[in-house]
Amino acid sequence: MKPAPFDYLRPSSLAQALEMYAAATDVKVLAGGQSLIPLLSMRLAAPATLIDLGGLAELAGIEVDGSVVCVGALARHAEVERHPGVRATQPLIGQALRLVAHPTIRNRGTTVGSIVHADAAAEMPAVLCLLGGHVVAESVRGSRDIAADDLFVGPLETSLAADEIVTGAYFPALPAGAGTAFDEVSRRHGDYALAGVGVVVECDGDRVSRVRAGYISVSETPLVLDLGAAFADGVVDAAALDRAAALVTEQVEPEGDIHASADYRRHLAGVLTRQVVEQAYAATVVRQGAA
Amino acid sequence: MTTKLFGEPILRVEDDRLLRGGGRYTDDLGADAVHVAMLRSPHAHARITGIEVDAVLDVEGVLAVYTYEDLTGPMAAPLPLLIPHPTLTRGRTQYALARDEVNYVGEAVAMVVAVDRYVAEDAAGRIVVGYEPLPAVVGIEAARRAEHLVHDDVPGNVAAHMVQEVGDADAAIAAATHRLTLDLEVERSASMPLEGRATLARWDTDSGRMVIWTATQTATGVRGAVAAKLELDLVDVDVITPDVGGGFGVKIMHPWPEELLVPMAARLLGRPVKFVEDRREHFISSAHERGQVQHIEVGFDDDGRILGLSVRFWHDHGAYTPYGLIVPIITSTQALGPYKPGAYKVVFDSLYTNTVIVTPYRGAGRPQGVYAMERTMDAIAAALGRDRTEVRSANFIQPDEFPYDHGLLFQDAKPLIYDSGDFPASLAKLKALVGWDEFEAYREQARAQGRRVGIGLACYVEGTGVGPYEGGHVQIETSGKVKVATGLTSQGQGHQTVFAQIVADELGVDLDDIEVVTGDTRRFPYAVGTFASRAAVMSGSAIALAARNVRAKALRIAAEALEASEDDLEIVDGVVRVKGAPEAAVALGTLAVLSNPLRYAFDEASKAATQFAVGDPDKAPVADDDEPGLEGRDYYSPLRSTFANGMHAAIVETDVQTAEITILRYCVVHDCGNLINPLIVQGQIHGGVAQGIGGALYERMAYDEHGQLQNASFMDFLMPYVTEMPSEIEVDHLETPSPLNPLGLKGAGEAGVIPSAALFASAIEDAEGFPITSMPISPSELFDLRRQHTSGHHPSKGATS
Amino acid sequence: MSEHRHDVRLSVNGAAHDVRVPARRLLSDALRTECGLTGTHVGCEHGVCGSCTVLLDGQPVRSCLIFAVSAQGHQITTVEGLSRADGTLGAVQQAFQECHGLQCGFCTPGFLTTITAGLRDNPDPTRDEARDMIAGNLCRCTGYQNIVASVRRAAELLAGDAGGVGEGERA
Repeated sequence: MKPAPFDYLRPSSLAQALEMYAAATDVKVLAGGQSLIPLLSMRLAAPATLIDLGGLAELAGIEVDGSVVCVGALARHAEVERHPGVRATQPLIGQALRLVAHPTIRNRGTTVGSIVHADAAAEMPAVLCLLGGHVVAESVRGSRDIAADDLFVGPLETSLAADEIVTGAYFPALPAGAGTAFDEVSRRHGDYALAGVGVVVECDGDRVSRVRAGYISVSETPLVLDLGAAFADGVVDAAALDRAAALVTEQVEPEGDIHASADYRRHLAGVLTRQVVEQAYAATVVRQGAA
Repeated sequence: MTTKLFGEPILRVEDDRLLRGGGRYTDDLGADAVHVAMLRSPHAHARITGIEVDAVLDVEGVLAVYTYEDLTGPMAAPLPLLIPHPTLTRGRTQYALARDEVNYVGEAVAMVVAVDRYVAEDAAGRIVVGYEPLPAVVGIEAARRAEHLVHDDVPGNVAAHMVQEVGDADAAIAAATHRLTLDLEVERSASMPLEGRATLARWDTDSGRMVIWTATQTATGVRGAVAAKLELDLVDVDVITPDVGGGFGVKIMHPWPEELLVPMAARLLGRPVKFVEDRREHFISSAHERGQVQHIEVGFDDDGRILGLSVRFWHDHGAYTPYGLIVPIITSTQALGPYKPGAYKVVFDSLYTNTVIVTPYRGAGRPQGVYAMERTMDAIAAALGRDRTEVRSANFIQPDEFPYDHGLLFQDAKPLIYDSGDFPASLAKLKALVGWDEFEAYREQARAQGRRVGIGLACYVEGTGVGPYEGGHVQIETSGKVKVATGLTSQGQGHQTVFAQIVADELGVDLDDIEVVTGDTRRFPYAVGTFASRAAVMSGSAIALAARNVRAKALRIAAEALEASEDDLEIVDGVVRVKGAPEAAVALGTLAVLSNPLRYAFDEASKAATQFAVGDPDKAPVADDDEPGLEGRDYYSPLRSTFANGMHAAIVETDVQTAEITILRYCVVHDCGNLINPLIVQGQIHGGVAQGIGGALYERMAYDEHGQLQNASFMDFLMPYVTEMPSEIEVDHLETPSPLNPLGLKGAGEAGVIPSAALFASAIEDAEGFPITSMPISPSELFDLRRQHTSGHHPSKGATS
Repeated sequence: MSEHRHDVRLSVNGAAHDVRVPARRLLSDALRTECGLTGTHVGCEHGVCGSCTVLLDGQPVRSCLIFAVSAQGHQITTVEGLSRADGTLGAVQQAFQECHGLQCGFCTPGFLTTITAGLRDNPDPTRDEARDMIAGNLCRCTGYQNIVASVRRAAELLAGDAGGVGEGERA
């Protein structure tokens, strides 16, 4: 399985990359390559031109301040995962990243690349949506922010224009007192999830004030559900968790495939909701205890 | 060094170069070769209306493109049907390149040869083939319904219908106190070695000889096929097996189309040619195995003793039957396991489907047979409310009943006679190892924690060391080095080490002085191949016999040289010496010199053997019944197979919420007779168990109704990583030596994988409390079964009376 | 029209290899063919089996998912670079031999590079950590038990290897 021939461009600056991208038709952008190269090898994609961003060190940065985590286009999953500032500011990112494929893939794959690939079975698009983050899309025409909710329009499809490259993804920091967790069920360790969920639980004093969950593998685009209705009492107990699970299983519309039926995925979404909400809530108590 | 090596966990001699990256697999060879890409059918069933290749030859770097029209002589005939059988009345094989019709997605249609694989694939993509799609027959149900046919001239899609019977099973079942029927199914998996198929061929125009390197389990098989198909004399074809990255059965199938086309192209082009398949090709154009649907009827008494057993099954053979009926025949005969049913009848239909061919995969039909029998045992136990081990015990062949003749013919066309074994002892060991009698207490504990656990077991017998023969050659060179050769092949089983262990013991030489070559027709041209867990038994025995011949000759020559009696001599560290008088000694290397009377000396040592230095003026230098040289060649040809056996037990936990299945413990009791190298046997068991776990819980071939394989990649065909394995595989051994071969060996290679479908069905059924009739099983499928059984409507009957 | 070739300098096991390859040449193929280092094996070409794993600047990566042209300017370590400078086997290789951690040897180079990096980052892994270290590599022969044992034995050997360069990873 060898890729079809392509013209290879390796820009030495972002400006050059944007010009090349605007000028080319039938072109793909290469960052980590962990999703793209198998497609090229299997000849499921055969672009005439490939633009390799690997030389753009300026895009490899990870910046953290009190309010946001900014992940540059070339930051590898492994680097993001290891970054102490990321862990402290927005723990959900690392919790999800540890479930992305295997460490060897994470050494090369990029978090932004995963987001732009827009696979609803992937963790990072769901995390971006759940946190209400955004990406910065640049082109020769300028730069714009695209909110996560506006980015994913269909399976493997984003709202990016043909000449836009995402240069960074922005994940809002975790509010004080809040807790997060991410878990999934997959057939083998490291496989795509049959169903997965990330949860953010925010608290107001000792009451739960907000519970939101982002789902993977149960919809065509990342699905974020506000579970607040189940936690109107402000407590996380068995009854509330059951209500949340019921809410979720009613709303998700997974598809079946050779690995799992739609019904099973729906069931998993409910089971995982219970478990992960509980874990995220425990993290709030822990954070509050530590604060 | 006088320690015996037989039975010792000697570290492998193969490892050093493999660990350094110095392995020489087929694709590592032939740096000057040109490369192949195959064009394969995208349709499961279609007529070919035309093939346009003109556009291809314009592609820079393309040397040639071949289609059926380019095949001449025997190459234009279908591929061989390797193992004919009288009941295989409608055997069919494909052409090396498709002629008018394709019968599975992946069938070879054209071959491109180019300067590298990248260019070859570009070119193959430009070939235009006109197809007229035909209805595809996919799955056993569709094949049986036969609304459509795979081959127009094979009614009902039935390649063969075979009946074997001992006693009157139907009558015995009808007369029995109790009766059950079971309907079971097991789906396909595949060998899936990490190295795919690969072939390199070099045609020497000057000498008119073909040399082939190929990742095969049978060098002599490939040689015979190539010679026949390319109309070459056998003596002009060499087949060398380099390092092979796993076989597990799929590489015993031969000749692959590419194994013929590559040498053909090498001769036509006058260039070395190399084919290395990619992973997708391996999925869609090598071979699969395991798919069957089974209907069982059994009659038994109050103790669970089987009075009559009738097994009817339908075997999915894929689109062609090049390997004959070996797999379903093995199912038919090995279903008997360690038991002696009163009367037994087995009937099967071998069915064609428009899918990849079915040829042996580790276990080769035994797993399916064990599945049928072991599910029946569990069903009997459930019906009688008895312990599953007690029911099995009631049916065991007892230790004093060996040799036990089942009255059937085995896959080697020899009577199915078990030579040795002690099934009650094996079972006792297994029960002790897994804690069978303590399990209910454990289950209660788990239940109190809200956890669901189950225990299962499965027993099997494996006919190993199948004939017709293997040979061994042992030669001592004048340097004292010992060169050993046997014709069968290696794919990681450590043959170079275990055969050297045998020779070291037989000859009294150091392991480091012995070099073993396998699978090279230049070194040993008479052989069968590596399959059926036969290498240690067959080649081990032959090599031992050959070594004994060499030893005898060495002692004879030494006795003359030392003027001593042969009985007074011993061989230690490569030196023959008089017992108790070690100064009277002569090195084996020197004896090698003396064994070959010379006219011309070529070095200091050889001077000792020249005509003025040695010899009796009144005797011929080489006696009538003797030969020059210190070497021995011998063969081992068994009267029949020797029967290993094993019993596995597993404790599983099924997640109450997610239906995920976790293996808490995995226990094996294994009897393969004497062990040459316990480390290597352990490795074989571990590997087999891993494949078994994969096949029971993760792997299946997922064909859609159009005959497209939906999971033709490692992303979606789920082979287990370490994380899917239990943290430990607990193994205990029993050794009932085989009386059939000089070393008392039985085969060990396939053991680990044989009982897995039965084992996990048994354990999961025990955990869940409802029948498991279809394997493999995934959490999603278990979840579905749970819901069906809770809601009270379950379509599959499982065991019914 | 012939395919454009790029001049690429690959730095492998401390040595420079100047190669001319099309952009689509995978690093796995360039190592095996243009560099003649056939120790790195190709099992799937979709990044799942791990047989092709090499170290890129010390980190394990799938060489079948990198183009040779993208690997310029990085230090690549293959299995051939894991033996010690004096020619003896490195600790990880030695451990595999002692523990019977390989059978056909095809997946082995990918495990060796992965574990070499893994033990550098975690020199004293627990059994579970040893399992996690190798969780992304497929083996069809061994059933993994002896590979896990090899990881732990390699850790022992490295701990006993007081001073010196330690693991023979030439980069």
